[in-house]
Amino acid sequence: MPYIKNRLNYLFNSTKGLILVAIAMIAIETALFSMLSGPMAEMGVRDVVVQALGIDLVPAEREGRIIILYHSIAMAVVAIEVTIVTSLLRMRSAYKIAIRVLVTVGYLMAMIFGMAFAYWGHSWPLHGLYIAGLTLVFFAGVLLVIALWPWSREFRQSNPAYARTRGGVDLERLAFFTTALTTVISSMFGAVAGSYYGNGFTTFMAENVVRLPHKSVLQYAIIGHLHIMLALIAIMLTLIIGRWLDFKGILQKIAMPLMILGTLILNLGVWGIVTPWQPVAHMIIYVGATPAMLAALMLVIYTWDKLIREGTAGIEKPTAGQKLRALLRDPLKFGPLWQMVFMNFTVSGLGIFMAVRLDEVFRLWPAREERIELTGHWHVLAAIIATIILLYYGDVIGLRGKLRRAYGWAIILASDLAFAAVTVLEMKRLFVSEATQQPLVNTVTLLMDLGLGTLLIVLAMVMVWRLLDLFKRQGRWTVEVEQELSAEVSA
Amino acid sequence: MSRMIGRLSLLVLLLAACAPVDLNAPVPTFETGISPETWASIPAGEFLSGQFDTPAEIAYDYEMMVTDVTVEQYVAFLNSALSAGVLQLGDGEITVFYPGDPFHGARHEIEIAAGHYVVVPTADPASRFTFDGQSFHALPGYEAHPMTNVSWFGALAYCDNYGWRLPTEMEWEKAARGATGWPFPWGEEIARNQANFQASRDPFEDMRSFGSRTTPVGFYNGKTYAGYATLDGASPYGLYDMAGNVWQWTGDIYEDMHLRFMRGGSKDCYEMDLRVWASNNAVPSYFGPGVGFRCARTP
Repeated sequence: MPYIKNRLNYLFNSTKGLILVAIAMIAIETALFSMLSGPMAEMGVRDVVVQALGIDLVPAEREGRIIILYHSIAMAVVAIEVTIVTSLLRMRSAYKIAIRVLVTVGYLMAMIFGMAFAYWGHSWPLHGLYIAGLTLVFFAGVLLVIALWPWSREFRQSNPAYARTRGGVDLERLAFFTTALTTVISSMFGAVAGSYYGNGFTTFMAENVVRLPHKSVLQYAIIGHLHIMLALIAIMLTLIIGRWLDFKGILQKIAMPLMILGTLILNLGVWGIVTPWQPVAHMIIYVGATPAMLAALMLVIYTWDKLIREGTAGIEKPTAGQKLRALLRDPLKFGPLWQMVFMNFTVSGLGIFMAVRLDEVFRLWPAREERIELTGHWHVLAAIIATIILLYYGDVIGLRGKLRRAYGWAIILASDLAFAAVTVLEMKRLFVSEATQQPLVNTVTLLMDLGLGTLLIVLAMVMVWRLLDLFKRQGRWTVEVEQELSAEVSA
Repeated sequence: MSRMIGRLSLLVLLLAACAPVDLNAPVPTFETGISPETWASIPAGEFLSGQFDTPAEIAYDYEMMVTDVTVEQYVAFLNSALSAGVLQLGDGEITVFYPGDPFHGARHEIEIAAGHYVVVPTADPASRFTFDGQSFHALPGYEAHPMTNVSWFGALAYCDNYGWRLPTEMEWEKAARGATGWPFPWGEEIARNQANFQASRDPFEDMRSFGSRTTPVGFYNGKTYAGYATLDGASPYGLYDMAGNVWQWTGDIYEDMHLRFMRGGSKDCYEMDLRVWASNNAVPSYFGPGVGFRCARTP
């Protein structure tokens, strides 16, 4: 009995175990359900999977299914971030335990019962349990906000190397708090609209209504919700990476106020789309996104400079090549920041280009072309977030030496290959006509599948390794069970 | 060595992406037995509209073409209308006068003012017709395929010319699903040999080179063509190709927007866009190899 008890204690009562379970759940779900669409459907794999697993793909319920799929994965990602935050930042033990219990039970319920409801027939008790799971994640968020309260005396920042107010309030903690608080509020933004659309399955995909000149308040709320939640998950991850890499000094002191301000304005802009401010909401969003992205840029500059300095320590006058080698020496530390930079080419830059040339270029094309761009760019953003988590996870599980480099570079190169290919696919109409696009589509599809397939194989290898490790009496899990991420910050 | 193989593979892959596409690759010819001259009658009455089966009603009888307008039919119209002066020869395109849309200056709305607008391009390599400067001819083998590379103005001009009209979205949808709540014109599920869609493996498709191509109108009617057995894809009112093959322009002009809507999905869509409520839209001057139309009329 202790054999199982000890392992369950690791998986569900330790930081690294909880992260492992959530990543494993996402990996299983991604691997399974990615076989139901795109090239897998074209090749006939979907039909086999559907038949083998008895999946019920009712055509009229496709949108509802996909929304539950997105939410179930998103809940697991949120759970990973919440678990990491509870380990990285100081908070009272009671809060930490309560938050982890709520978020873990919540995401598992949302994932298991939600997917069962969506893909295996409509059993209403399952739907109720799915909603209950989402609610538990919400309450975990509320507790996290309370636990992160930055004005508590016990959590004041005494080290002058970090951003703080004159009274000692830790601005990094305030940034975490702001992000958590606005995430909780923004989730309600989606819940209100979702409770209407979900009740009776009058669901819709946002990309299918963007061209309508008159959208209802609830339609705007859905569009706002999906954008802000992904943005907030990305902002929280940026803060996490900053904490892991011990972001400090002058750049951090500039970045933290920018991040707080940017997050607040960004949220105000998104919430504003259901108010009379709607016509200027996008402008407010741009105003908010700019400082938030500048803050992320400062983290990139700080970390890369640090990596170069550490990698060239002992060399009196390092050459450009030596600096580059130092920068690229550790892909797990270079990678998360590189992915943030790469995001600007595949997501932010693309989004700005589309916004600027919308009526002159993109709205001259059929809606279906615009839909490819919309869905493509946010899938890339979601996947970039996933790769950053995986890169950090490589460090969390203590990968060293060649294995560390192979794991890190495989994730970076495979994912960036896929993301670049997606971007070309999204923008293909700029340089190839509909009639002659097939060879290009075939090539970029192959590159996408190659990149994402490699990524999933790497992930599967890690998961199998961790699974086998659990069968060992003195496996790595016995060491990890007591470890906290705050003790592994790269000072 | 392995690095060189990797680089070479990548180079080959990238070169493959730029490979030219033979738009005039041989096309199989099959007699479907479905006449594009026939019309289906749709009686007045209630039906279920949209993804969530919202009760709706069309209070009048109307008729719709059983198939999309074919290349042969459209070429005949082009030749007669051009000689009659209904259409004009412009710079690389045939144009028609359109009296314009009401313009409200809404956000993203582009004014469609009175003027001449493109009907079809005269020298687009993706067209299934040729133009020798005097008259139009259907490309051999494509006579019975749906007319494509035709703008909304071109579709409207065709229907107008014969005293018909483009169907509204509601008319189109009722014609596609009848009084049923089906997601597809024939029922609840879709098979690869029931409609022409992305990678549906029909005899006209080659995903390694030119991709998906149109099938002759009424192709999916339960017949077997040189060993390729189709399922009957007719709607409850007997219309063919109401799912897949080509998107079909509809006639609605909505307030505060200049975009025109299409229904039915096309050879380039996955099944989800073949559901009867799925729609696409584009500026009315848009034309492409996956967009055609059919007409409606009130008896």
